[in-house]
Order: sequence, then structure tokens, then C-alpha cells
Amino acid sequence: MRRIMVGVKRVVDYNVRVRVKPDNTGVVTEGVKMSINPFDEIALEEALRIKEKGLADEVLAVGIGPADSQQQLRTALAMGADRAILVQTDATVPPLSVARIFRQLIDKEQPFLVLLGKQAIDDDNGQAPQMLAALWDRPQAVSCSKIEIGDGKATVTREVDAGLEVLELDLPAVMSVDLRLNEPRYVKLPDIMKAKKKPLDTLGPGDFGLTEAPAFKTVRVEPPPQRQKGVMVKDVAELVDALKKKGLV
Amino acid sequence: MSKILVVAEHDGARLNASTAKCVSCASQVAGASIDVLVLAPDGSSVASQAAALAGVGKVLVAENPANVEPLAAVLAPQVAKLAAGYTHVFGPSTTFGKDLMPRVAALLGVGQVSDVMAVEGPHAFKRPIYAGNAVLTLEVPTDAVVVATVRVASFEAAAPGGSAVIEKVDAGVPLPTHTRFVSRSGATTGRPDLQSAARVVAGGRALGSAEGFNIIYSLADKMGAAVGASRAAVDAGYVPNDLQVGQTGKIIAPELYLAIGISGAIQHMTGIKDARTIVAINKDGEAPIFEAADIGLVGDLFAIVPELEKQLGG
Repeated sequence: MRRIMVGVKRVVDYNVRVRVKPDNTGVVTEGVKMSINPFDEIALEEALRIKEKGLADEVLAVGIGPADSQQQLRTALAMGADRAILVQTDATVPPLSVARIFRQLIDKEQPFLVLLGKQAIDDDNGQAPQMLAALWDRPQAVSCSKIEIGDGKATVTREVDAGLEVLELDLPAVMSVDLRLNEPRYVKLPDIMKAKKKPLDTLGPGDFGLTEAPAFKTVRVEPPPQRQKGVMVKDVAELVDALKKKGLV
Repeated sequence: MSKILVVAEHDGARLNASTAKCVSCASQVAGASIDVLVLAPDGSSVASQAAALAGVGKVLVAENPANVEPLAAVLAPQVAKLAAGYTHVFGPSTTFGKDLMPRVAALLGVGQVSDVMAVEGPHAFKRPIYAGNAVLTLEVPTDAVVVATVRVASFEAAAPGGSAVIEKVDAGVPLPTHTRFVSRSGATTGRPDLQSAARVVAGGRALGSAEGFNIIYSLADKMGAAVGASRAAVDAGYVPNDLQVGQTGKIIAPELYLAIGISGAIQHMTGIKDARTIVAINKDGEAPIFEAADIGLVGDLFAIVPELEKQLGG
């Protein structure tokens, strides 16, 4: 069985304007729309396309998070994943623990490819794919914008500060995906119905021998410093004057 | 007493400006000694540039033909081995550091702090979360090595004037061959580097086409500025991806940022929050960019931009 494993994280939706809680312990997530992390959605889409090209047999979606993460895994199944696993926990799971859980699932599931989002848009850590590749002692490609699966190896294009970098990786490997890799498909109603019959297994962190890993201690969460309200100018001459006054031109 | 190892970013010949920012961040850990690690096939030139940064005590040079390209899978085992005895390992939060440092942290069996924007203590740091809409202050357990990436826009570059000792080291670890470099393509435009430029002129989707974007290049050249773009402009194919500014592109802190035809999505604003002065030019007076702009001008950018270039004169 040629299997691709995909990470699916439940996060505050991309379009929500996030607010810090008044007691500075975190951000408000109650009553806020939750979605699949957009980068994970792109990873899933890529896995489905690879399968549709006949280069994989099964797409397995894995989520780690609270019971409600089932909603996002059901969406993943409706998009086309074949089955899903939820590692259910209400605790904050730091990236290293995420990597350790995936590492153990890899032993059981034997994927030839693990596709993950390059970062989750809540914590913006961007660490789990690289950490998993380290623990697995396998290749990593971060921020992929093009993936070509070959025989026992893959050629990937990744986005770097200098432009684009092409790497050749032996498989199995871990890849993290960037925004321009693809545009995820929309889920159709019949697929949502079908997804209800697909297998979704629930495990706990205890199944991975993980005692609650000591995450970093959150001291305080606060809003970012606000910029002062600026001035409006009416034409180019006023703009040039304003820039000259500030010594900027 | 903190002992900090900074992993140098370079292209084989020149030390990247991000390294001086990391040294500056490290120097804010009270009483820390700072060493810089250069991994290269031949590191002598880069090492002497690192040795000239104020505050650096020692430059370690790990020379190996395998270090010719910055492959995380190849560099990480060397960094992890050479990190022995250090309390902190810092790298830049550039695509180089974001690729490498989590792999180093996992090999050391510790978590990683991403995007350090302020040092609150030897084990306490501030970092942005939720695309910069919140700032987290966190504490790393005092018995753990601190592995961190440094948000380069948050720190001034360390000054020149140092004269550190240069020392060759050998990690002596087996290196994998499962990851191979093929090629790299990027614009060599002769314009200032977007990440470190004092002035940036950036365009958005409103430019309408790659040809339309030419007025941005023209104004930037007149001002000696770097060119940036919103994600929308990159996705539309007007400009290459390395010009993208924002949450998933480059985070920059220029003296002057000219946002032209950019609406100002949250994800874009994350990339320019630390700019000293933001100027917004947009035909939609309700665009969110005006909430953050120091100077705003509503109007047709195709009329305004050439006029601005003209009035800036010779």
C-alpha cells in the first residue's frame, strides 16, 4: 500500500480578526469559526492529486487536538482522504510532541510521503515538519511550491528568500507546503454524506507514551503595539512635502 | 552564565545581514558570551566577516565539502553536535533558519522558539502569534537548551569593530546523502535587498499586470529603493515570489514603506508592522491599509506614481 500521511490541524479561521483575552492568557476562541489550517488544506489537496495520478493508493489524514477536531477531519474525508486518525487531547501540543506522535504513527502506517502545512496560522511556529524529518532521519523539503513524485525519489521546488530552490529527495520524506502549490478543491454535498461512512479512529496521547510534554510556559499574551493614526494628504505635492519634512526623500 | 552559539547564514562568500541581527539579539541576553558557527566548504572569508562583528568572542568554522549548499538535513547534525556546552543556539528567522533550526532542536530533544522579537531574560522571550495579531511572552525551562530563530526585523545589526578569534572545528558526525541540491533561481536585479533595504516600494493587485508593475520598478529605482509586493500580486504572476512581503513572505522593517495599490490584508500588515513610516496610495479610501499608514493618499495610482517620480526630481 503506497500511503501518504497528511496533517490536519483545527485552527481559528483565516478570516477571523483575532482578539486577545482581557486576562492576557490567550486569544478568544469561544464562538469563533474554526477551520482546517489553510496550509494543511493545500497539503491534503496535493496528496489527493498525487493519488489521482495513480502514484499513491491511500491518503491518511491525521489530526491532533480536542474532540471537535473531528469536524475538520470529516471535512478532510469529504475532500477525498480515505481515512482519518484523531489523537484527542485538550492540552496544547507543542511541535516536538506533534513530531513524536507522527513519528510513531509512521512506524505503524509506513507512508512513503508525509505532507504537512509549512506552519499553522495560530501559533505560527513552522517547526513540526522539520522536527519530524529529524526524528525520522529522512529528507525534508520546506515551503514546497511544486512536487514531482518519481521512482523512489521526488523532485521539489521550494520557496526561499533568494527565489526558488530545487531539491531531489530520496523517499520516504517529509514535505511542508506553501500557498502557491495548488488551490484546494471545494467539498460537494454528496462527498460530505459519503465521508460520514469513512473510518475515523480516535486515539489518545497515552497511546504514544507521551506524558504531557512540558510546553514552554505562557507568561502573557497581549495585543501588538498599535501604530499612531496617520494623516491623509490630498495630492502628490503634499505627499512629497510630508516625506521631505520627515527627511525621507 | 549564558553561552550562545549563532549559526551564520551566508552564500559561501558573503555573510548574510541576518547574522549580525542574531548577534545583536544574543547580546541582549545579559552577560552572554557569543560564538558564531560558519558551516561551509571553505569558510575563511565568511569567518573573517563574522569575526568583525562587535560582541563576537569566537568564530567556529566547520569546513566540509558537503556544506556547499545549506541543506538542513546535512547541516543540522553538525550544528547539534557542535552545540554541546552551549546554553542557547540562535539562527535567523529567514528561510535558511526556519528550515534548519527546528531540525537542530529535534536532534537536541528540545522545543524551539520561533521568531524571537524581544529578549525578556535568558529564558524568556516575546514572539508574534496569529499573524502578529497577538504577542506571546514565553518561558523556556531553565534546564533546556534554548534553540531559537530570531525575527531579523526586530533587531538592529551588530556594529562592526569586533576582532574575534577564528577556530577550525570538526563535528565528526556522519552526514546523509538522501537530500541533494539541484538548482536555485532568483532575481539578481541589482536593486537593494528587500530584507535589509532602508526604503521599499511595494505594489499590489491593483497594478493589474506584470507590465503595470513597471511603474513600481521605475519609482523604486528613482528612490534607490527595494521592490516588494503583496501576496495577491505574486499569486497573479506580476512578480516572482521572492518579492512577497507578509506573514508567509518576508518580514521587513525599512525606514520608509510605500504601499501602492495594496489593500492591507492582516497577513500583509504582519510583514511591515515595524516599518518606521508607511505611506499608502490606493484608490479605495476605505482600504484597511490606511488604518496603519502614517501618510495616506487616495487616488489613481497610474496617475500618482509617475507624478510622484517626476516630483522627486533629479
